[in-house]
Amino acid sequence: MNKVISSPDPLQRNIKTIVNASLPRRHAAERRFRWYGLIAVSLGLAFVVLMFGNIISKGYPAFWQTYIQVPIQFDPAVIDPQGNRDPQALQSADYAALVRAGMRRMFPAVEGRLELRALYGLVSSDGALELQNRVLQNPELIGAEQEIWLLASANVDTLIKGNIERSLDETERPIKDNQIGWVDQLQAAGQIEKQFNTILFSSGDSREPEQAGIRGALMGSFYTLLITFLLSFPIGVATAVYLEEFAPKNRWTDLIEVNINNLAAVPSIVFGLLGLAVFINFFGLPRSAPLVGGLVLSLMTLPVIIIAGRAALTSVPPSIREAALGVGASKLQMVGHHVLPLAMPGMLTGSIIGMARALGESAPLLMIGMVAFIVDVPKSFTDPATVLPVQIFLWSDLPERAFVERTSAAIMVLLAFMIVMNGLAIILRKRFERRW
Amino acid sequence: MSTTIIEAKANLDNALNAEGRQIPLSSVQITDYDHRQTVGKITVDNPKMICRDVNVYYTGKQALKHVSIDIGANEVIAFIGPSGCGKSTFLRCLNRMNDTIPFCQVIGEIKLDQDDIYDKSIDVVQLRARVGMVFQKPNPFPKSIYENVAYGPRIHGMVDGKAEMDELVRASLERAGLLKEVENRLSEPGTSLSGGQQQRLCIARAIAVNPEVILMDEPCSALDPIATAKIEELIDELRENYTIVIVTHSMQQAARVSQRTAYFHLGDLIEIGETDQIFTNPKHKLTEDYITGRFG
Repeated sequence: MNKVISSPDPLQRNIKTIVNASLPRRHAAERRFRWYGLIAVSLGLAFVVLMFGNIISKGYPAFWQTYIQVPIQFDPAVIDPQGNRDPQALQSADYAALVRAGMRRMFPAVEGRLELRALYGLVSSDGALELQNRVLQNPELIGAEQEIWLLASANVDTLIKGNIERSLDETERPIKDNQIGWVDQLQAAGQIEKQFNTILFSSGDSREPEQAGIRGALMGSFYTLLITFLLSFPIGVATAVYLEEFAPKNRWTDLIEVNINNLAAVPSIVFGLLGLAVFINFFGLPRSAPLVGGLVLSLMTLPVIIIAGRAALTSVPPSIREAALGVGASKLQMVGHHVLPLAMPGMLTGSIIGMARALGESAPLLMIGMVAFIVDVPKSFTDPATVLPVQIFLWSDLPERAFVERTSAAIMVLLAFMIVMNGLAIILRKRFERRW
Repeated sequence: MSTTIIEAKANLDNALNAEGRQIPLSSVQITDYDHRQTVGKITVDNPKMICRDVNVYYTGKQALKHVSIDIGANEVIAFIGPSGCGKSTFLRCLNRMNDTIPFCQVIGEIKLDQDDIYDKSIDVVQLRARVGMVFQKPNPFPKSIYENVAYGPRIHGMVDGKAEMDELVRASLERAGLLKEVENRLSEPGTSLSGGQQQRLCIARAIAVNPEVILMDEPCSALDPIATAKIEELIDELRENYTIVIVTHSMQQAARVSQRTAYFHLGDLIEIGETDQIFTNPKHKLTEDYITGRFG
């Protein structure tokens, strides 16, 4: 049989023997290819795990914040010397003095200006605000004495979370020996506790790490993306439908198509410059506003949605179009009743990709001033705001150790935002999808 | 009656521009190739559609040459011929389905009753409601069986109210011989039916708007013999109410369902006549070669 393989006439050779001889090689190639695939996938997964592991392990502590229990005496002489419960007076009273008094009561032995200042430094300046709020809400407190959990300063928090090396020389760490001693005493007495960090979600940016939150950035991202979606989705879909279904095929539409494809590849910072020049300098829209951010990101997202939308429209089978036209549907009816519903899942997928990109975008927003330090949570589309990726960028730049974990926490929130958004889009898509 | 090519081209040019189609007709070179004279009697006593000197060009390439033919009322006329002979192209001229193909020009005169269907005053929507179409591949909408049939009447506003629509849907399905099979599952997707049922659903959808003419483009080529037999039976029944033009690859089918048959060859209408005569006694050599199976 083997001799047949080498017969000079190919048609005389035995195909069975020839194929059998080549099978091991073919199978090996297949196995090899499967391994390449597996290696590629596991490598990718490994990096994902590494990234998420790193971010979560760094950011997780930020969701917990250290509080110190301080005995506060709501001294009427400090809060309301006149005794008439005038809200104006209650507002402007020196609550920090109450906090300081409380701290002194816990450590009566501490004396001297520097020592006392170090002692007061254990609690955050947020404590005074906290007391003010309590009093304003409930003036009955005046004259009472209460144990109140006050927010610890960022240094104490960092120490409690084990991020400050105690063995370092005193001059090399932000928290001094005497402070460490007091913290240890408080901890032993059970007067230090870690509570869920609500401030992270309820307040805007701050110079004090313990008071800094992402709500401002979150709302900024929300407003910006809302504008982006409201503008780019309808315009993108309408453009795709017009170009694909109605526009004549000529030089002009070719030119438009080439330009749209090019726009999709333009670096995002260029859109930021455009926004600065056109929206802010020419139209005089406010700086740092989600409105302008949304406009800029819409410009960036539009080409993506248009291209995906056109691809989705082309993939609708021509037989459906003919069927609709065949019973006398007008072109718009054909598109509106049959083509668009069938193309909608694809269009939504394109929009998700575009919106996800917009959510993670920071460069063009730097150009239009959304990189400013903004403490207030934006309440409208024209309030100054920043967005999550820019907030991450800002925090990652700050020297305080406590901002490291907040940066990672903000990344986690950004990722969660993205997952929620994508999940929503997938649900929408499923609803539009017709399996039959 | 017969317009010259140049006149027709100018007319069409104006018509198309008025419609907003940007095809630069003037830039396309139109060559009028030699064509063969049609054998047989093209006229009938009571024509539904009259086609004279119909030429079709795809980007200047002539796909149909001077086709003149009458389609009689309530007759089934079959177009046969080898692949690429222009029979489908001609069929699609009859409800202006060719309009959707860019760079396709139709020159000549096609009348439905008294109306020139390529006239500016005729809207394709109206034309396609009057001239329904069934396609080669069953193409029900991805909607329920009910919605498939109700779609046409709904967009044209043919009926008032749900009760009337229900009645119309049932009547159309009944006429298409599908009602018994789908009566209890009208809300199921049309695509869940078998191929033959889908095709009958498409016929029901076409007759739901009560057209005058039904065009069928190889309606059975994707179906098995049993489903084909059912459709052929149906075509015979539909003849009472509609004029049917059917393009088919199967000569047996043409012989079974049609009263007249037209044989196309490379864009020419070679021969037209009574179906019996075409199949038993073809007058043109090409027709004879084709039906005796010498080519095609």
